[in-house]
Amino acid sequence: MFYREAGDFKTSYKDDNQTFPIRLDRAGYWVALAVAFLIVPFMVNDYWVNAIFAPFFIYAIAALGLNILTGYAGQVSLGTGGFMAVGAYACYKLMVAFPEVNIVFHVLISGGITAVVGVAFGLPSLRIKGFYLAVATLASQFFLVWLFNKVPWFYNYSASGQINAPERSVFGVVVTGPHTEAWAKYLICLIFLVALAWIARNLTRGMMGRKWMGIRDMDIAAEIIGVNPLMAKMTAFAASSFFVGVAGALFFSVYLGAAEAGESFGITKSFLILFMIIIGGLGSIFGSFAGAAFMVLMPVLLKNVLVGMMGWPTDLAAHLEFMIVGGLIVFFLIVEPHGLAQLWRLTKDKLRLWPFPH
Amino acid sequence: MTYKRVAAASVAALMVASPVMADLVFPSLSYRTGPFAAGGIPYADGFADYMTLLNERDGGVGGVKLQVPECETAYNTEKGVECYEATKGQGALAYNPLSTGITYQLIPKATADDIPLYTPGYGRTSAANGNVFSHVFNFPANYWNGASAAVNHILDLNGGDLKGKKVILLHFNGAYGKEPIPTLTALGEKHGFDFSTVPVDYPGQEQKSQWLQIRREKPDYVLFWGWGVMNQVAVQEAANIRFPMENFIGVWWSGAEHDVKPAGDAATGYKAVAFHGVGNDYPVFGDINKYVVEAGKAAGDGSNVGTVIYNRGVYAAMMLAEAAKKAQEIHGVADITSGQMRDGLEQLEITNARMAELGMEGFGPEFKVSCANHGGPGTAAIQQWDAASGKWSLISDFGPSDMDVIQPLITADSEAYAAENNIEPQCK
Repeated sequence: MFYREAGDFKTSYKDDNQTFPIRLDRAGYWVALAVAFLIVPFMVNDYWVNAIFAPFFIYAIAALGLNILTGYAGQVSLGTGGFMAVGAYACYKLMVAFPEVNIVFHVLISGGITAVVGVAFGLPSLRIKGFYLAVATLASQFFLVWLFNKVPWFYNYSASGQINAPERSVFGVVVTGPHTEAWAKYLICLIFLVALAWIARNLTRGMMGRKWMGIRDMDIAAEIIGVNPLMAKMTAFAASSFFVGVAGALFFSVYLGAAEAGESFGITKSFLILFMIIIGGLGSIFGSFAGAAFMVLMPVLLKNVLVGMMGWPTDLAAHLEFMIVGGLIVFFLIVEPHGLAQLWRLTKDKLRLWPFPH
Repeated sequence: MTYKRVAAASVAALMVASPVMADLVFPSLSYRTGPFAAGGIPYADGFADYMTLLNERDGGVGGVKLQVPECETAYNTEKGVECYEATKGQGALAYNPLSTGITYQLIPKATADDIPLYTPGYGRTSAANGNVFSHVFNFPANYWNGASAAVNHILDLNGGDLKGKKVILLHFNGAYGKEPIPTLTALGEKHGFDFSTVPVDYPGQEQKSQWLQIRREKPDYVLFWGWGVMNQVAVQEAANIRFPMENFIGVWWSGAEHDVKPAGDAATGYKAVAFHGVGNDYPVFGDINKYVVEAGKAAGDGSNVGTVIYNRGVYAAMMLAEAAKKAQEIHGVADITSGQMRDGLEQLEITNARMAELGMEGFGPEFKVSCANHGGPGTAAIQQWDAASGKWSLISDFGPSDMDVIQPLITADSEAYAAENNIEPQCK
């Protein structure tokens, strides 16, 4: 009874193939967008944006990117942190070199630069697969972080190797630097997220996405039916790195405002984003969101409950937080190895039939 | 979506539970977990215990109680940002995050929010130029003073001539560890020693390859910018390759009891730079034991009282309390705001007489902060470890550092920052 599908007929292929075929889902999607764009910006404060929304949106973009590569094209990557660093440092160099250009273009160009770097590091994927590719991308992670630490040109020769985001604006609204209003920071991240999620969804259900999935499911069979593995793999690396690069650029310029390669973009970041898509669901757009929400919001929530509401010592709470989040990950993966997205899919199927089980 | 709703409820509850109180609030962005907890715990304990002491013994500062809400950062910049946002609404007067990375993050934010940052012996060194960094204070000494003090000590040992000597900086490969490189490079050119760096990546539990490199290059001296778990590993590795310990000199963050004890007797002779006194022979620690530890109000288990990093936490808390007092005097109100706190820090004067009153005679230098100089005198001494007695002792007086080299570097770095961010000089 939750879903009322009576009378919801599809009369064309276009209707049948839309992203949200169920009317109620479609309505929910538009309501969520309306709330996110029209209501939330008027209510957020610094804490909500800096602790919750900005990291959630940016990690969701990164998770979408990695999901394209790992979930859709089947190429395991442990280099996400390094590619985020490419986006961040590219954005920094562009912001400093061309202060008059709109920051949106800097972020997009940073994504483009990351795509090129990603393709370069993706070349070995033509020869090696699975765990071996994971090790090759791991090498890119370490190489890139080492590079940004080693070559002072990337951080403009500052004493500490830190990069700092100067103040930049979009149509007169400041979006980077300390004087950014909470709503501006929220909206710029949200706009990028919505646009990129829309692109990701349409890429993955089009010809490109089908080629990627063919390569993922069985590369030899895909090649026999005419998929060019070189093109498929390279486009997957390029698209994925573009997303990750945009996430890195936003992470540095809008969210943190200052970053250093080793601390902000280390191997832990690669694992964090990999965990997001594994917990959220490989090969699922919704899964990228769910995984990012789980990994970003859960610790903040637990901390607020344990320290803020229950008054526990901070160290005890921090340790307990690890145990609870770890336990939940294990629990979710036992209950549903295909992630939160699959859990949601099953729930939805039940809800559609409920209360009539047959 | 349910997560968000519960999060909303809990955050709302948090906001309701802690309204803005008429207290002097000094949030402690501490880290009691993670690879740097070894240093983070005693510092946070010292910081909180001194504030508790003031509350218990003197009834706060100027009759207003002090409050130290703690927030766990694990030395992670993202959590640091979250902690900053979560605590600033409680009326925070000043931040002391004990992390150079988080400090870099907070410098622009705190300046925009009109909240001062106090970063004694860490953070952005060029913040000593108050003309550019209006809200950042790093007195009484900064990294470059420390680097210079270490070089001065080597000069003393070699009769003032370092030509042809080889000095290696073993450092944490992050903002903190890279800070001294420009100064040491400049000092190397000035004194003619051969300077090179060996970075250690986070968290630094594994340093075999670095020490292999050191063994191969046979340096005369190794300077060390490490923190947390990295310190004890380095001291142990130095002992393993039989590097002469008296030629191995750490900065003040690499010279605590927990850094040298794991290596046992082999650590004897290891040196570190210090910007304040060592040991617990100061009356203030008697008071802390009496009013805080024995009363069961200590932040930790009380076992750290008198250790190097704990003392530094006490020292930092003392400076903030004194600055709050100064701010109350300047503005004539007991309940100061963060902007007034900034004025208090900027006009702070620490005299030996005042230090004696506080029960910390000779613990730190006399100095006066000014609008242009937020860095203090920059004096430092060398302390040495003796494993048999289990004690650090100062082996030199607090001496000045080479400001001829440091000042131009501070000016250059701060002016680059000012140019990047369009900052007008604040001092008339």
